[in-house]
Amino acid sequence: MTEQLDAGLVGRQIAESDQLGDPKDGREVGRARRRKEDARLITGRTTWTDNIQLPGMLYVAFLRSPIAHARITRVDASAARARPGVVAALTGRDFADEQGSLPCAWPVSEDVVIPDHPPMASDEVRYVGEAVACVVATDRYKAVDALEAIEVDYEPLEAVLDMTEALAEGSPKVHEAGNQAFTWKFSGGDAEAAFRDAPVVIDRTYVQQRLIPTAMEPRAVVATTDGGSFTVYSATQIPHILRVMLALTTGIPEHRLRVIAPDVGGGFGSKLQVTAEEVLCLLLTRRLGKPVKWTESRSEGNLTVHHGRDQIQKISLAAERDGRIRGVRVDLLADMGAYLMLVTPGIPLLGAFMYNGIYKMDAYDFRCTGVFTTKMPTDAYRGAGRPEATFAIERTVDELAHELGMDPLEVRRRNWITHQEFPYATIAGLTYDSGNYEAATDRAMALLGYDKLRAEQADRRDRRDPVQLGIGVSTYTEMCGLAPSRVLGSLSYGAGGWEHAAVRVLPTGKVEVVTGSSAHGQGHETAWSQIAADALGVPFEDVSVLHGDTAIAPQGMDTYGSRSLVVGGIAVLRACEKVKAKAAELAAHLLEASPDDVEFSTGTFAVRGTSEGKTIQELALAAFAAHDLPEGFEPRLDAEVTFDPENFSFPHGTHLCAAEVDTETGMVRIRSYVAVDDVGHVVNPLIVEGQVHGGIAQGIAQALFEEAVYDSDGNLLTTTMADYLIPSAADLPDFVTDRTETPAASNPLGVKGVGEAGTIASTPAVVNAIVDALRPYGVNDVPMPCTPERVWRTLAGAAPPGSTAAGRGGAGESEGGER
Amino acid sequence: MPRITVTVDGITYEEEVEPRLLLVHLLRDRLGKTGTPVGCDTGNCGACTVMLDGKSVKSCSVLAAQADECDVVTIEGLGRAGELHPMQQAFHAEHALQCGYCTPGMIMAAIDLLRDTPDPSDEAIREGLEGNLCRCTGYSNIVRAVRRGAREMSGETPAPATGGEVRTS
Ligand code: FES
Ligand code: FES
Repeated sequence: MTEQLDAGLVGRQIAESDQLGDPKDGREVGRARRRKEDARLITGRTTWTDNIQLPGMLYVAFLRSPIAHARITRVDASAARARPGVVAALTGRDFADEQGSLPCAWPVSEDVVIPDHPPMASDEVRYVGEAVACVVATDRYKAVDALEAIEVDYEPLEAVLDMTEALAEGSPKVHEAGNQAFTWKFSGGDAEAAFRDAPVVIDRTYVQQRLIPTAMEPRAVVATTDGGSFTVYSATQIPHILRVMLALTTGIPEHRLRVIAPDVGGGFGSKLQVTAEEVLCLLLTRRLGKPVKWTESRSEGNLTVHHGRDQIQKISLAAERDGRIRGVRVDLLADMGAYLMLVTPGIPLLGAFMYNGIYKMDAYDFRCTGVFTTKMPTDAYRGAGRPEATFAIERTVDELAHELGMDPLEVRRRNWITHQEFPYATIAGLTYDSGNYEAATDRAMALLGYDKLRAEQADRRDRRDPVQLGIGVSTYTEMCGLAPSRVLGSLSYGAGGWEHAAVRVLPTGKVEVVTGSSAHGQGHETAWSQIAADALGVPFEDVSVLHGDTAIAPQGMDTYGSRSLVVGGIAVLRACEKVKAKAAELAAHLLEASPDDVEFSTGTFAVRGTSEGKTIQELALAAFAAHDLPEGFEPRLDAEVTFDPENFSFPHGTHLCAAEVDTETGMVRIRSYVAVDDVGHVVNPLIVEGQVHGGIAQGIAQALFEEAVYDSDGNLLTTTMADYLIPSAADLPDFVTDRTETPAASNPLGVKGVGEAGTIASTPAVVNAIVDALRPYGVNDVPMPCTPERVWRTLAGAAPPGSTAAGRGGAGESEGGER
Repeated sequence: MPRITVTVDGITYEEEVEPRLLLVHLLRDRLGKTGTPVGCDTGNCGACTVMLDGKSVKSCSVLAAQADECDVVTIEGLGRAGELHPMQQAFHAEHALQCGYCTPGMIMAAIDLLRDTPDPSDEAIREGLEGNLCRCTGYSNIVRAVRRGAREMSGETPAPATGGEVRTS
């Protein structure tokens, strides 16, 4: 059986099962279509970057610093060059004239310090894992073998690990300019006034531990050249941005560079980067004239894929005794790691507009200090700044409820924006266009059986049950659809937030949709097909979606920040509408009618009140043949659109987590987890549900399992999957998910984006549940990840139930009280 | 160098292999069987899971030399005569994959799980797949897919898919 026939059969079987979920109204949008992408993924026909083999290909391995901070006094790669199969062994000095500095596209403030960041270090290393040399050999085993023949002498310098100490007078410096990367301030209203004489003030400090994004596909790069131009394949989320940045970094002209993101196995922000390895592989193919490939091992990835989170959040909330919030103040320390990478300093600031959450208040004050340490740089990880903000406000509102002896949902009700109040201009300067927090919360409470669980909780408390029950609440919103270009400009970001789409109706009536959005698991091929099928009145099967290659989709801003549907999907819709306008003009000409009299319905353009019409397929052929076209009509049925959104979108929802905490062992078990999300109208409910599931899992993982741990010398201890614990199926509960729907007002599909919602919502829901379970023990915080040991230690230092001792938190300074 | 004879997806290969060559690298780099990916270097992720003489193994934790005289089935050889295996079909129907990187290994592990437990409970599925990590799906739909695959493999008519919206068929 030939491969092609085989694929055809597989395609048919898949098409059959796709009949599931027939829409009532014949529309594709809103239908639970099975994904087009699956055919290749479930049969192993995927093109991961590491699958790519080219004639004469060479393999690259990097030697990495074993020391957090050191001066490099000598590197000698000559012995490695003599090893069998080795084509080249190179050091930082060899690249000095051509490697440039890895880019930071977000110089957030006037005072920002952007240190030089050579892809390969030659003078000083500033984190464990920084590349200091490389070997290029005829196979991957030989390349790795030869690394051991490279000699490097280091003169150790002091590691800088703690943010507070790093900012103190006399701290060893990561960079000559000092350890402060930037300061950034933002305020709305009069915080002074809001806090003055406030009846209740809650002060808390929360630690957002450092996380390792851990996309399942390790990074990989293939670079090749024909002598004049270059192609880089990379497991990246951002082929378009990467192309521009590689050109700017290496000086290779942009028009001689093609970047391809083939099938990409997850990203979660970690592949939103311009990496040392991408630059160096490009330079190596130029130098050697041969295709080169580098694929990281997981341990190499844990060290050198940018990390996420790592902030210390001081938050103060002032309120009335009836629970009304007067104001919030936030003072943030954000660990940049050793360098500012693509959007490193901007990440904490993406949260700056979200610490007010869904609540009304009179004043808000935010300041952030970026700090250099001798660790792997941080950058975007699912939610990027917004999970941190949501965690802080949702934890603090629970603390307020506790302080006032109120139900956490009641405090929220007293403060949230009611559904009649939209559009609502928040204290952080954003305009929330739509939402209904009441509806989502009511639904979530019903699905969880909130009142019944509260009764069980009371009972367990009365019985002094060693296994206590807690209910965690998280009523979140987030800003999605990054982003209006003018807003990005006002935040000093180096690029815009538009997206591009092209739609072509081919002579045979089939449709190609070209998108600048670069999917890596999100299902764009399916969702964009649904949008185009409805808009053009063509069958879903007749649409194919092209993306991820700068030669095929030359313009784009790529995929991150829950932006694909809200920006890229709308661009597709707009391009379809342009095509339709052209088709209508052609139809009117051919039918000898006035364009105003031509109506479009399900793929046919007809003269109003007659049965005369032309299908879009007939019109495509007529345009191609070009025998009889209106004056000035170009002989093709296609259109391009670049769409820049006017506002962000604001998905929201209520997540409730019921957790059992064994007070004797510290073990936490999530008993039930309910998520009711409002992501606006939905293009494909199956994909939306999947995104929510995966997001919740990653948020729970931050709450319970994951932490990148460095020792006191700056060595990463969690380098393998045996040490850095991403959850398995056995670690997670089933999730109950549902949706409420208030359409976004800012786009014609009414969609809001869903990629990050689950992650943003779930972490505080889980920690709130744990703290809620342990309130009788005087516990008011457990530091993340809430491992059995952490929970147990917190309890061991806490007061027994019934005593009147002061509250106890695990995360340092933590106090609440009446003033 | 040891010389091995190994059958992969129905084709017999004779290969000279370095003693240290991992089975997964033999499959990927020498035989072009790139349907089986690598996700880690410590045997934790399960992305590389294949069948070795009918039992699932992590092919990154097996030397190519150990596969001498063995029969290997990868995700590429799973469907017969161009038809999808019911478990592949089930993963598609239940939207049990997003990026798909874990999927080949997950499907192989799921099939192996059903060999011992043809009608597993949700808990047994979760325990049974503990060695296969997925970063995208949160596992709920994977559990549904394995249940569906189990029903189909035991010859029952599958119930409508459980995810997403209410469906008519
Ligand atoms: S690659 Fe084999 S277990 Fe991870
Ligand atoms: S689908 Fe992406 S890792 Fe499982």
